[in-house]
Amino acid sequence: MVAIATEIPTACRVMMYREALNEALREEMRRDPKVFLLGEGIAQRGGSYKVTEGLLEEFGPERVLDTPIAEASFTGAAVGAAMTGMRPVVEILFIDFALLAMDPIVNQAAKYHLMTGGVGRVPLVVRTQGGAGGCLAAQHSQSLEALFYHIPGLKLAMPSTPKDAKGLLKTAIRLDDPVIFIEHKSLYMSKGEVPEGEYLIEFGQAEVKRPGRDATVIAWSAMVPKCMSAAEKLSAEGIEVEVVDPRTLVPLDAERLIQSVRKTRRAIIVQEAVRRGGVASDIASIIQHEAFDYLDAPVEIIAGRVTPIPFTLTLEQACMPQEDDIVAAVKRTLGRE
Amino acid sequence: MANYSKDFLAQLYRTLYTIRAFEAQGVRLYRQGLIRGYFHPYTGQEAIATGVCAALADRDYVLSTHRGHGHCIARGADLQRMVAELLGRRTGYCRGLGGSMHIADLSKGNLGANGIVGANVPLGVGAALGAKLRGEDRVSVVFTSDGGANNGVFFEALNLAAVWSLPALIVIENNQYAVSTPIHEATRETDLYKRGIGLGVESRQINGNDVLEVYEHAREAVARCREGRGPVLLEAVTYRHGGHHVNDPGLYMPKDRIEYYRANDPVTIGRDYLADLGGATDEEIRSIEAAVERELENAVAFAKNSPVLSTGEFLALIEGY
Repeated sequence: MVAIATEIPTACRVMMYREALNEALREEMRRDPKVFLLGEGIAQRGGSYKVTEGLLEEFGPERVLDTPIAEASFTGAAVGAAMTGMRPVVEILFIDFALLAMDPIVNQAAKYHLMTGGVGRVPLVVRTQGGAGGCLAAQHSQSLEALFYHIPGLKLAMPSTPKDAKGLLKTAIRLDDPVIFIEHKSLYMSKGEVPEGEYLIEFGQAEVKRPGRDATVIAWSAMVPKCMSAAEKLSAEGIEVEVVDPRTLVPLDAERLIQSVRKTRRAIIVQEAVRRGGVASDIASIIQHEAFDYLDAPVEIIAGRVTPIPFTLTLEQACMPQEDDIVAAVKRTLGRE
Repeated sequence: MANYSKDFLAQLYRTLYTIRAFEAQGVRLYRQGLIRGYFHPYTGQEAIATGVCAALADRDYVLSTHRGHGHCIARGADLQRMVAELLGRRTGYCRGLGGSMHIADLSKGNLGANGIVGANVPLGVGAALGAKLRGEDRVSVVFTSDGGANNGVFFEALNLAAVWSLPALIVIENNQYAVSTPIHEATRETDLYKRGIGLGVESRQINGNDVLEVYEHAREAVARCREGRGPVLLEAVTYRHGGHHVNDPGLYMPKDRIEYYRANDPVTIGRDYLADLGGATDEEIRSIEAAVERELENAVAFAKNSPVLSTGEFLALIEGY
């Protein structure tokens, strides 16, 4: 485990999520020559979402590598480089394409530590992005965190704000375990305050994004801003919800989530991924087990519809959790439908 | 034929014989129920691991396969820790948690055997990339097979190694069977080295049963890698002496083919080299064999007397998974 400076400097500036990620990569590459990047169109083009813009110019083609469109092998090569002590950060352009690289991620990286009796390490970060909302249709819009959540040996981060994106990515690069770092395509241009100077955010530390007393809303990634605006609406009606963002799903800060639910006595879990076999179901099972006597209502799950994402704009939206769904679910737990 | 010292030939023969004896002992331990799970003998292919690893420096990397005991031994592994791993004991290379299919000896640059056929090719290419980025003079050798050469990542990874000019030596151990499927049923082009030519990779086909032929080609390939001239593909043609694993009698393998390859046995060829080129006497050869057998007996005794990892130690290791 790396030493974490938990003190976050107070001076802040406003920046975009993608700029915060860029800054994290730049700082870590300056700090540690073993950090290098590889992916499709990340060098000369600076990445499809501009996360790696300007890094080729600063660090050169040896540390910012454009790859062929061959996810299985360039991810595998990153795993192999990590086995020899490098700290590669792979960009997989869409999480949908990560399915091509499941062998190096799941069978190789995730298992190396155990298979070598604890001797071997794979300090790898796989950055990728998922989610719907861009009319990119069925093969470029999935939310697949549950696939990685299921695999022992992987860490999993899903930041919702520029501040979290930067602090978590820096930590991910310093961890000795493989990390799946899932960004959201609709968040890249979102803005937020980012502290000046060096800071890290420890994995497994949930954050209360908005305090409240009446119900606990648990959400990650792009569902957090949606829950924040639902919370605004509810507040206007006198309902104060607490929005809690686990920030990393593995490790999961179950303690912090349960603490909030024990206080509010109601839990609503919001995920963009399809409901079946999702992370929300697992969190719900933890809550019912750890806070059963505190609950005043069944745990609600608001999740994506169980379908591939359609291209049609209106139908795409109909497949994703909306503010009104979140508002209605909170009211159900309060008996105020 | 180049001039080889007696010591060098004796070292080659010792490795060949160790692999042969190790696998024979392993099969016995398997039959006794002391080794469980899968056991894929390297018997018949010994010259490939032996010849290639003789051309490497200690600092080089090796990526092994599910049929990987030979690679581990040829990299100079400690037989005690190897047998202990196969018996699942805490004194094994992987504390008994990896077993035959995942045995790794990181101290010797052996980054591990692999249960997924073909998957180690990108890993080995990545190890070469790591070495290159650090500016270290290390070559990464990947052992794969005719089975692995039909897997998509073989082509992708060889292409990466080529386009990035990486110091990677990819060795196809063409034993002519992917589990039970003969090579001509798995691909139309059975000269597998030609796959490298299409990707701009220096590629050769060699006799995988002749340890000196393997050594000479590996030496050239490694030199080429060290000069920064990019990857090399070697197809070493060989044959298994039995089925895919210890419980597969290999009835699908034609008898005359097995007889042919047994008549061209890599251990016998190595023994003949030691006698004919090295001038070793029968007695000297017998003393090498006896030393190997003693080492192996000690290794088995060591492994049998070793404990397994405790549940507590295991739980501590997986903390945070």
